[in-house]
Amino acid sequence: MQARFKAGIRRMIPWALPVLLLVLWQLFSWNGVISDRILPAPSDVFTAAIELTSTGELTDHISISLGRATLGFLIGGLLGFFLGIMNGIFRFSDLLLDTSIQMLRNIPHLALIPLVILWFGIDETSKIFLVALGVLFPVYINTYHGIKNVEGDLIEMGKAYGLRGSKLFFSVIFPGALSSILVGIRFSLGVMWLTLIVAETISAHSGIGYMAMNAREFMQMDVIVLSILIYALFGKFSDMVAKYMEEKWLKWKT
Amino acid sequence: MKKDARVPHIHLNQLKKSFDHTVVLDGINLKVNQGEFIAIVGKSGCGKSTLLRLIAGLEHYNEGSISIKDKELAGLNTQARIMFQDGRLLPWKRVLENVGLGLKGDWRQTAIAALRDVGLEGRMHDWPSKLSGGQKQRVALARALVHKPEILLLDEPLGALDALTRLEMQELIECIWEKEKITTILVTHDVEEAVALADRVILIEDGKIVLSKNINLSRPRQKTQQVFVNISEEILSRIVDPNEQNLRLIIK
Ligand SMILES: Nc1ncnc2c1ncn2[C@@H]1O[C@H](COP(=O)(O)OP(=O)(O)OP(=O)(O)O)[C@@H](O)[C@H]1O
Ligand SMILES: [Mg+2]
Repeated sequence: MQARFKAGIRRMIPWALPVLLLVLWQLFSWNGVISDRILPAPSDVFTAAIELTSTGELTDHISISLGRATLGFLIGGLLGFFLGIMNGIFRFSDLLLDTSIQMLRNIPHLALIPLVILWFGIDETSKIFLVALGVLFPVYINTYHGIKNVEGDLIEMGKAYGLRGSKLFFSVIFPGALSSILVGIRFSLGVMWLTLIVAETISAHSGIGYMAMNAREFMQMDVIVLSILIYALFGKFSDMVAKYMEEKWLKWKT
Repeated sequence: MKKDARVPHIHLNQLKKSFDHTVVLDGINLKVNQGEFIAIVGKSGCGKSTLLRLIAGLEHYNEGSISIKDKELAGLNTQARIMFQDGRLLPWKRVLENVGLGLKGDWRQTAIAALRDVGLEGRMHDWPSKLSGGQKQRVALARALVHKPEILLLDEPLGALDALTRLEMQELIECIWEKEKITTILVTHDVEEAVALADRVILIEDGKIVLSKNINLSRPRQKTQQVFVNISEEILSRIVDPNEQNLRLIIK
């Protein structure tokens, strides 16, 4: 009983600070310490959220942003994953591709925005392309290094015990690289949101970033803050997903 | 198939191995009979592990030949299972899956039986990191045995164990060897262990076999027996060089 109570407390502690901040913010807004021209009260943001939800606008924007993020992440992530695995395992493709990938990696992908707009216009393709590009490199690098750093001794053991080809890969190489791959995924989830925010803010007709930019034109401070909060929640959510994957697949480490 | 008793199971002929210009093995000649138990002793770095790895087919040799039942070894030695000096369990697989590594078909039952043989059936669902050093080595032994190899190569399997667990493991290895009659090569730095277990003890020095001693004692062997002590002393005195021998005398 007491143990469960303690566990409950422990789960609540991380949220104490955000909640406290929210309460203080609300209080200061009420008594005018924070002017609503600088920062709207949480209650105003909440009302804005309710309003936008009732018109269906908010859910539309959110689902569009989520869709872009997911699609871009999947394309870039899978590409980076397969390239990392190929180059990690096969010497020829490593020789052929790694140098080029490393060169591309050093270009900040956001610097490509003007070019990407010229190529694809400001429709879906440009955003998905940018997200995929941003996600590709962290996944690639970490997969590549993960595979390269699998202990040679364990691979040798696997071979000595009759493992070959896909069996060797799935029993030894991939699990050995997995923790590094997950680090890459976690990092790239951050890149994913960052890229999407920037891309949507600069050029879009929809999505959370567009909602914020549009609100700026009408001085709707509450909507701007709302979109920032949504990004924060999304960021937290994807981090939780990454953590969940680590806990599920790296159980042997604990 | 009729087995010709005169064909050795393993035949090393003028085997030479060097790593970048340092010669490690310099003409090793050795015939191991079917079902024989050989122990290899020698100082650290004399090439014991290298020799085992050559027989397992994990390393290329420079000169000479390795024949298994009169067939020249090319690539991996599929009849042999090696138990590595450092265990090498896969940390991301549970004990049972580690033992079942590379098995086909109904591997679970076979793996469980092998774990039972080393007395670790109860730990089959644990992660290797949860095991003690000796338990890990027993799992590694089970993993080697589960394939029913014809040749068992043991590279200091008991190196990291305390005296009591060592004794238990020695008994276990002897028991399995007697039951299965696997041709076994054991590398150890413990001369007593070598004399206790082996039909023949081989000493490697400067890349060559400098001593090959048949141990004709009945099993199980008593380490306190005078013959036993004498043989151990004899081998030991060949290992330590004169200077160190003096040192030993002084300490005594
Ligand atoms: N892959 C390698 N590359 C270069 N040198 C090596 C390699 N493997 C072994 N050696 C060298 O070969 C020699 C013999 O090594 P080996 O591991 O066979 O010794 P050992 O007799 O097993 O020693 P120990 O009792 O300490 O395990 C050592 O000098 C070692 O440095
Ligand atoms: Mg060794």
